[in-house]
Amino acid sequence: MCLGVPGKIISISENNVAVVDVNANQVEISIVLTPDAQIGQWVLVHAGFAMQIMDESEAEESLALMLELQKIRETFSYEQ
Amino acid sequence: MNNNKAIMQDMIREIQAETQSISMMEVCGTHTMAIAKSGIRDLLPDNIKLISGPGCPVCVTAQGDIDAVIELVNQQDLILATFGDMMRVPGTSSSLQEARGKGADIRVVYSPMDAVEMARNYPTREVVFLGIGFETTAPPVGASIEAARAMQTKNYSVLSLHKLVPPALEVIFSDPDIKVDALICPGHVSLVIGLDPYRELAEKYHKPCVITGFDNADILQGILMILLQFKQKQARAEIQYRRAVKEKGNPVAQNVLKRVFKEVDTRWRGLGEIPGSGLEISDEYSAYNARHRFDIPDIEDIPIKGCSCGEILTGKISPHDCPLFGSACNPLNPIGPCMVSHEGACAAYYRYTPLRGEIR
Repeated sequence: MCLGVPGKIISISENNVAVVDVNANQVEISIVLTPDAQIGQWVLVHAGFAMQIMDESEAEESLALMLELQKIRETFSYEQ
Repeated sequence: MNNNKAIMQDMIREIQAETQSISMMEVCGTHTMAIAKSGIRDLLPDNIKLISGPGCPVCVTAQGDIDAVIELVNQQDLILATFGDMMRVPGTSSSLQEARGKGADIRVVYSPMDAVEMARNYPTREVVFLGIGFETTAPPVGASIEAARAMQTKNYSVLSLHKLVPPALEVIFSDPDIKVDALICPGHVSLVIGLDPYRELAEKYHKPCVITGFDNADILQGILMILLQFKQKQARAEIQYRRAVKEKGNPVAQNVLKRVFKEVDTRWRGLGEIPGSGLEISDEYSAYNARHRFDIPDIEDIPIKGCSCGEILTGKISPHDCPLFGSACNPLNPIGPCMVSHEGACAAYYRYTPLRGEIR
């Protein structure tokens, strides 16, 4: 339930509403809990709210490399 | 952190070389799912155990509380807005999904702000948001209450069943029947609460606590950080998931919790009543407390016959040890909440390791 996904802030409008890009989907969220968030920054999104501002390079990495271990696991099972 | 294949292979080899017997508990449903999906459990040597703890908010909700919600929607003319996870959770007589099938107006939302919007769109109806979740989810729900007040949306209220993670960890560490040597701490709860609550736990109980992220490499590194502490014969609270978790957490979210909620004693499935582990709407915001607006019954917890969710949530047994697992209880016909919720331990085991030992 505490699922969070990284999203990049595309625009910020009134009342702490921002549009974020999550995996190429544009989603409207609230940044009331991260008032310092700026356009271009990555935030961690949960239940329609940005919960924390993230380190950009790390966020991109975490999205791109989710499946690596499964491949390694296959290699291991062949070796055994 | 660098997720590349060579580094992960090195980490796996390093973990496999460990000879001490260590049980680590993960206390987050998202970890439960990530660990099951990755197959990491099967790559570990027999002396390192990963056990699932009370990390799924839907699963730890007391049976009586679920029954009270179902009675509320059956008795009152209102719109109940809830996260999708709650729909199929079995109450004693029915689930919310079955109640909806019989005519109750129950709507699944992604954000509590969707429920506030719903209240604005239906000004003559009462909209109740079912607040379930830990410290990650409670600030968004609190913020929705503050937004409703700012917009003078008076037909919005919240039934808060929110729970706090650290008091449950105290119970886990204090129970002599639960063998846990270290904690893989919840990444997203910790976004909000930061490192301090775990520092207290690590010092008091002398068990390493590492806030860990959800990628495979994160989990492997979190395990290695725990193993390193054992080698050093130390017990510290540390953050592996640095790209998201700050040492002080999120003070803005913490302040929302302080303003909108107050700590109360509450019942957990499997753990019983834990002092100060629940969040009720504060007196300041009592106009938005569904308990003040509707007569919500206090229903006793009636255990589900044969269901071992309580023991599974506390790591006393593995889902494979439950006699109902995979036979009478499966995702199509779930008997207990741990099989219903997408991130429940039984659902995770059923999906990724349905037969013990077969995967190795």
